[in-house]
Amino acid sequence: MNPTTTTTAPAATARPAAAARRPGAALLKSTLREYGMLLSLVAIMLFFQAMTGGTLLQPLNLTNLVLQNSYIVIMALGMLLVIVAGHIDLSVGSVCGFVGALAAVLMVGHGWHFVPATLVCLAVGGAIGAAQGVFVAHFRIPSFIVTLAGMLVFKGLALALLNGQSVGPFPETFQKLSSGFIPDVFGGTDLRLTSLLMGVLVVLTMVVMAWRVRGNQQLHGMETEPMVLFASRNAVFAMILVALSWLLATYKGLPNVLIIMFVLMVAYDFVTSRTTIGRRIYALGGNEKAARLSGIRTERLAFYTFVNMGVLAALAGLVFAARLNTATPKAGLGFELDVIAACFIGGASASGGVGKVMGAVIGAFVMGVMNNGMSILGIGIDYQQVIKGLVLLAAVFVDVYQKNK
Amino acid sequence: MNDPILEMRGIGKAFPGVRALDDVNLVVREGEIHALVGENGAGKSTLMKVLSGVYPHPDYEGRIVFRGRECRFGGIADSEREGIIIIHQELALVPLLSIAENIFLGHEQRRAGALPGVIDWHATHARTEALLRKVGLAQSPATRVTDLGVGQQQLVEIAKALAKEVRLLILDEPTASLNETDSDALLALLLDLKAHGITCILISHKLGEIARVADSITVLRDGRTVETLDGRAGPVSEDRIIRGMVGREMADRYPRRTPKIGEAVFEVRDWRVSHPVHAGREVVHGVNLTLHRGEIVGIAGLMGAGRTELAMSLFGRSYGQRFSGRVLKHGREIDVSTVERAVAQGIAYVTEDRKGLGLVLEQSIAFNTTLANLPGVSRHGVIDAGREHAVATEYRRRLATRCSGVDQVVVNLSGGNQQKVVLGKWLFAGPEWLILDEPTRGIDVGAKFEIYQLVAQLADEGRCILVISSEMPELLGLCDRIHVMNEGAFVAEFAAAEASQEKIMRAIVRQAA
Repeated sequence: MNPTTTTTAPAATARPAAAARRPGAALLKSTLREYGMLLSLVAIMLFFQAMTGGTLLQPLNLTNLVLQNSYIVIMALGMLLVIVAGHIDLSVGSVCGFVGALAAVLMVGHGWHFVPATLVCLAVGGAIGAAQGVFVAHFRIPSFIVTLAGMLVFKGLALALLNGQSVGPFPETFQKLSSGFIPDVFGGTDLRLTSLLMGVLVVLTMVVMAWRVRGNQQLHGMETEPMVLFASRNAVFAMILVALSWLLATYKGLPNVLIIMFVLMVAYDFVTSRTTIGRRIYALGGNEKAARLSGIRTERLAFYTFVNMGVLAALAGLVFAARLNTATPKAGLGFELDVIAACFIGGASASGGVGKVMGAVIGAFVMGVMNNGMSILGIGIDYQQVIKGLVLLAAVFVDVYQKNK
Repeated sequence: MNDPILEMRGIGKAFPGVRALDDVNLVVREGEIHALVGENGAGKSTLMKVLSGVYPHPDYEGRIVFRGRECRFGGIADSEREGIIIIHQELALVPLLSIAENIFLGHEQRRAGALPGVIDWHATHARTEALLRKVGLAQSPATRVTDLGVGQQQLVEIAKALAKEVRLLILDEPTASLNETDSDALLALLLDLKAHGITCILISHKLGEIARVADSITVLRDGRTVETLDGRAGPVSEDRIIRGMVGREMADRYPRRTPKIGEAVFEVRDWRVSHPVHAGREVVHGVNLTLHRGEIVGIAGLMGAGRTELAMSLFGRSYGQRFSGRVLKHGREIDVSTVERAVAQGIAYVTEDRKGLGLVLEQSIAFNTTLANLPGVSRHGVIDAGREHAVATEYRRRLATRCSGVDQVVVNLSGGNQQKVVLGKWLFAGPEWLILDEPTRGIDVGAKFEIYQLVAQLADEGRCILVISSEMPELLGLCDRIHVMNEGAFVAEFAAAEASQEKIMRAIVRQAA
């Protein structure tokens, strides 16, 4: 008798106290989990900022950071959809290189204007995605195998297209895609005012949108985070973004490719989190059979994720070619690994159904900042790879471990 | 015989925020069949996990005494060494390996004197044959497990347990997915094992079979032992067990209703479907079916009679190939060739396999509730999160789904509550014809009654309901009209008033003979 009374008594008194403490602790925990990856990115940036003696966040280097990672981020957007749908695409690096080669042949070889050439390249990317998508979605061949084949095929075709040589330079107008900056209407010299204003405008729009979403949630009786947290979270984001645009504005302003990247990022985030098509992709990856029995055309959906991936890989190929200002047979080599790693670092699940666009973007920047920071520190390419590999493993390990707990 | 083989005393187990077990006592005598019953979430599985070492020694409170010695299991391997073997509801067999390979997986028969790790196939097969004879399974040891039915796989699991010198066999809902014939065979086997001195703990929701075979029945409710009933003097009545489980008498296990049956809405004419792989094999032979407004129609039959195949083929050709026949709505032929079109025509199919085919488990209740009718919560393809939340909350309230909120992930819900989420999803799709395939499989008595009530209410709203069930009392209690299906065809039809279990069984057997 005695043991039972002694064991139950402390439990009974301890419970209400724990319950009273819980809401705050649980909120902190869920917030930490949601922004865990972002905080890690900030920590990594601060680490390299300190280690490189402030070089990392210098306007010039910050601009480089954006340019260097743009094509990875662009492809990560498409890869995220593919991974959420429960597939993988190993061919993106090769497609990237192939499209760059195609662009060179059209513009440098045949003297095409950059607009039709770009459109043809994007269409070819879509067609490549469609061809692979048919095998995956319709003939049900595992995407790993189909895109492994695609990886070899397009690597070979890029080599054939360029006769094994580098082709360049591209027309100046085309180079602007990667090396251009948005024009400054105010004509400032030390500070590109247009760029700064645009950054501020974007931040304001984001805050207003967040405020409206919150209002709508409250209207429908959904639980929202406390006002203090909401306000401070938005204030911190706003400050960071304004600071970054100010830094960029002190150099050459916002790069064109940053605008493209940002628009795509917002669009894909919207599609995945707010639209029916995004919702259906999550359902497809989460449980394909249940999705099909809910009236979702799963094959068509999987097919479209590959078409989309193809177009984005083509765009990334153009951006990369414009940046190097030449198409080389080695372009795009190994990109698929960085892209896939970005998605997994960002919290996507290898079994499908889970993952966020912003996570993939953050994942891409984690890899990008590490590349950049380690290069500044003079760490050799050998150990850079070792460290990147370990970071990928650690990020996914923490993610899985947290979920199982 | 009457000495206890197992005593669990004062068992307690807490999870963060929940106390799953609280001062549970279980005494199992040697050589008996001891049933463990309780509603879903009452703590049966947790108790068995404590016993088998899944929750290792210091993580729970209380004492476990097995064969007179106090045991502190650090893992499943420890409990198996003592001869405690648990067979889970989801069978743990490797489908592409043979019966023999499965039975000796992890403790393979070694060749004496050979290199370590070399399997003695001769001994493996000989021993497997002996074990299969013991459990009454007429299959070659080389048969792949994937080629066996669920009932036969269950027998392989038992043979596997016997190969390990089992002293205490724990079966977690062994008959949940078996038809009546297979269930009877399994229960007969348990009685046979008992005659050979093997003690057995049986967890089941099928109270009829418990009353038949159990020597003692321990009832759990809300993580506590309610009582232990003695079944040796004579069978304990089902009502008596239910009273212990729910803490009150359940006067009616089926809702009373006066059916208001209207005009014929859906008609199926000469529906034929072939097997999805073997085109020559017809699995549904010329079925004719009429559904009236406000009527609940049942389909009785054995496992494999073609009931699910019929339902899924009608629902957007989700099963089979070479379809022929017509589906009419208000006398006019309709197109049900894809799920999308079937849903648009007002058909909804609530699957028998809610985890595999019904839910996206890693997503929230709200996500699952709106999945079949996303246009209902969106404008121009953009989802209105607020409206989605409101819709999900409304169905949660209407179905009395027990959860912390509609943002909760469905994988953590109990079976009954998961079933309610699937039902909510299809109700939100606004069906005129609702097909319910085994709507209460693996669900406790309380939740069952709530689902029956809901079905009755939906019929009274003027919808057509088609219920497929392997539990005959359920069909008899719920339906207005019952078709009997066997080997792909309807072989008999009864009005509710004139139907009985015997008549239905006879209709099936007559056809089979």
